[in-house]
Amino acid sequence: MDDAVNVAGSLRARLALTLIGSAAAIAILLFFVVRTYAAQIAQSGQDSILEASVASILDAATLRDGDVEVDFPYVAFSMLSTDADDRVFYAIWQEETLLSGYELLPVADAPDGGEIVHVSAIFDGAPVRVATAARILVGANTRTRVTVSVAQTQDALAGTLNKISRNVGLIGAGFFTLSVLVASWATNSTIRPLERLTHSITRRGPKDLSPVARPVPLEMAPLVTSLNSFMARLDTSLKQSEDFIAEAAHRVRTPLATVRSHAEATLQRVEREDNRQALRSMVRAIDESSRAAGQLLDHAMITFRADHLETRTLDLVELVEDLVTRLAPVAEMKDIALTVISEGAVSVEADSILLQNALRNLVENALKYAPEESEITLEVGASPRPRVEVRDEGPGFPPDQMQGLAVRFSRGDNAKDTIGSGLGLTIAQDVATAHGGELTLGNMPEGGACVTFLL
Amino acid sequence: MRYIFALMMWLCPALAQAQDWEDQNAFGPASASSTLRVLSSTDTSLFAPVIEDFLQSRSGVAVEYFVTGTAQIDEVFRAAPEDFDVVISSAMDLQLKLVNDGFSVQIANLDQPDWAQWRNSLFAFTTEPATIVINRAAFAPESVPQTRQELIAAMRARPEVFRGKVGTYDVRDSGLGYLFATQDARASETFWRLMEVMGGLDAQLYCCSGAMIDDLVAGELMVAYNVLGSYVAAREDVADMLEIVLPLDFPTIMMRTAFVSSRTEVAEEAAAFVRHLVEMQTGQQSLEAFPLPPLSATTDSTGQAVISLEPALMTYLDPLKRRTFIKEWSSAVIQ
Repeated sequence: MDDAVNVAGSLRARLALTLIGSAAAIAILLFFVVRTYAAQIAQSGQDSILEASVASILDAATLRDGDVEVDFPYVAFSMLSTDADDRVFYAIWQEETLLSGYELLPVADAPDGGEIVHVSAIFDGAPVRVATAARILVGANTRTRVTVSVAQTQDALAGTLNKISRNVGLIGAGFFTLSVLVASWATNSTIRPLERLTHSITRRGPKDLSPVARPVPLEMAPLVTSLNSFMARLDTSLKQSEDFIAEAAHRVRTPLATVRSHAEATLQRVEREDNRQALRSMVRAIDESSRAAGQLLDHAMITFRADHLETRTLDLVELVEDLVTRLAPVAEMKDIALTVISEGAVSVEADSILLQNALRNLVENALKYAPEESEITLEVGASPRPRVEVRDEGPGFPPDQMQGLAVRFSRGDNAKDTIGSGLGLTIAQDVATAHGGELTLGNMPEGGACVTFLL
Repeated sequence: MRYIFALMMWLCPALAQAQDWEDQNAFGPASASSTLRVLSSTDTSLFAPVIEDFLQSRSGVAVEYFVTGTAQIDEVFRAAPEDFDVVISSAMDLQLKLVNDGFSVQIANLDQPDWAQWRNSLFAFTTEPATIVINRAAFAPESVPQTRQELIAAMRARPEVFRGKVGTYDVRDSGLGYLFATQDARASETFWRLMEVMGGLDAQLYCCSGAMIDDLVAGELMVAYNVLGSYVAAREDVADMLEIVLPLDFPTIMMRTAFVSSRTEVAEEAAAFVRHLVEMQTGQQSLEAFPLPPLSATTDSTGQAVISLEPALMTYLDPLKRRTFIKEWSSAVIQ
């Protein structure tokens, strides 16, 4: 099964991108708006000085004996001094005649009322700002129109604008940096409850299907509610199926024991050899069924315990010897010798109940397949890893099916005439896996199966 | 049209000489690969040490030095800006207007304080006050006047001594004289009273400081108003005879300025020349070796201020303003 979740996009990336993107957009917008505004202010500053200059020149225009005199003050130009030493141009017109100044200076049409008109133009290769105003001079019997234009290059203005742009740029960049920090903080604090939930669920034991109790944000409530109800259903369902298997096995085992004791009693009373034979077969079948039911119970128990092992330090040799002692009566029935080989205590960290179960199943398997009057050897070793080898003198495993034998309910072809559930190897393997070890199957060169249980 | 003119100049050397120079000198080797043509209002004697110092470290550069009046410079240069590489004049207003009108180029790597440069194009290299130069004999044993008021009083008291023996610039001809007069007029009404008194004493009018000093030395003049003191100081022979008075009421201080023509073909040498000139004049140089007065912000403790380099200098260059000013001046002085 493929465990990878189908991932499309990232909430964090989407949130961060949205926040940072909008911050960038706002920063750029801010830059242009402020710059434009500052440019307008700077331009209006220059315009007002030009206005004052034009006004002071126009104000000095007088008619004397029919001639226009414009004795404008020194300050008219001195007020136009700038840090960048901007060039100054001007033109004084009477009607369509240039009285003085620069003839080619572009002049805007100005109304007679003295209202000042501003235009931007290019003069002598440089951008200039021109202010123009006109006035009607009334003499004894003349009436003439004087127009005054004053222009200034925009070097100082450009310098100011550059400075403003640089400062606004810095402010924009600062704003953006701050926004990125805020965005990352906001993203993290938004995602954190989700991470906390993930963490708390990951940290749980596999059998822990209790509902999530920690408070979660409003938006996550539906998800957590669904999760809780899903886990509750799963829990119930798991409990039911485990209960069912245990109950079923238990229910089968008890009547089987009753039937077996009846059969044994009957066997004592029956004289005829063929009837006795039938009864013996019956007892054997009952034994197998009972054993299968026992294995089913074992398996259910192992499945449950494997997820939370109750490990403690124990001696593997002692455990094996204990097991041999308990199984000795069964072995004696078939005249099979159980031999334990070891080189002193082998200390392991393991769940003793599971280990006993697994090894018992392996030895029972060996007992089942070993011929009468043969020997089963249990060799306990410590290096490189703690291990128990169970060797018998039976037919061995069919070589081509060795891989699939540990799968639940599968049995070798040569086991057709032997009664069994097919759960023995599965149980042993599950226990080995639960302890981080493995189960390897093999055959002895001189015949007979060899199962190695590695921890 | 310009090419035809240039062709004519080339074909007829006599025509090129037609310009009536006050003085004309060539410095440096005749075989020089590039020649710097300097148009100046400063006397060659004052400027020669600067040019020689400049040429010392530059082989292959020659300098042609043309001297003429300040008003002439403006006229000649406007007519043919391609004929000159560096323009030097004491008429700050005309110089500033030339720069304002785009006849100059900026010079890089020449950091001067704001008051001593305009647009990084026009650079001041001297500060020179307009002075009253007096023949001590005329005032002995009385004390020499220290202000314009005192000068007016002295002339009114003894008109017979001064009649026909007072001199000043003819502002109609001299750019510098016009600059001094307009700045004086801007500063105080005293100027007009002084002009009226001088006019009443049949004032002699001059084109330049040099001519006034010559007449002072010759005894033709007793008082010369608005003379460049530096010209008198440069002449050691007259120290006992003449006294230079810096008027205490208000000073009028001019700065000689230089710029590089926008039409120059030897821009690097021209810029180097101006840079050299400014650096010499602002550095610690002995006055003996270089007779030009140095550039300094204030000349003494009275806090004298120089005429500032600003567009306002163009005010009195306006034809209407000039017409009015000359009219008033003429009615005061010529009478």
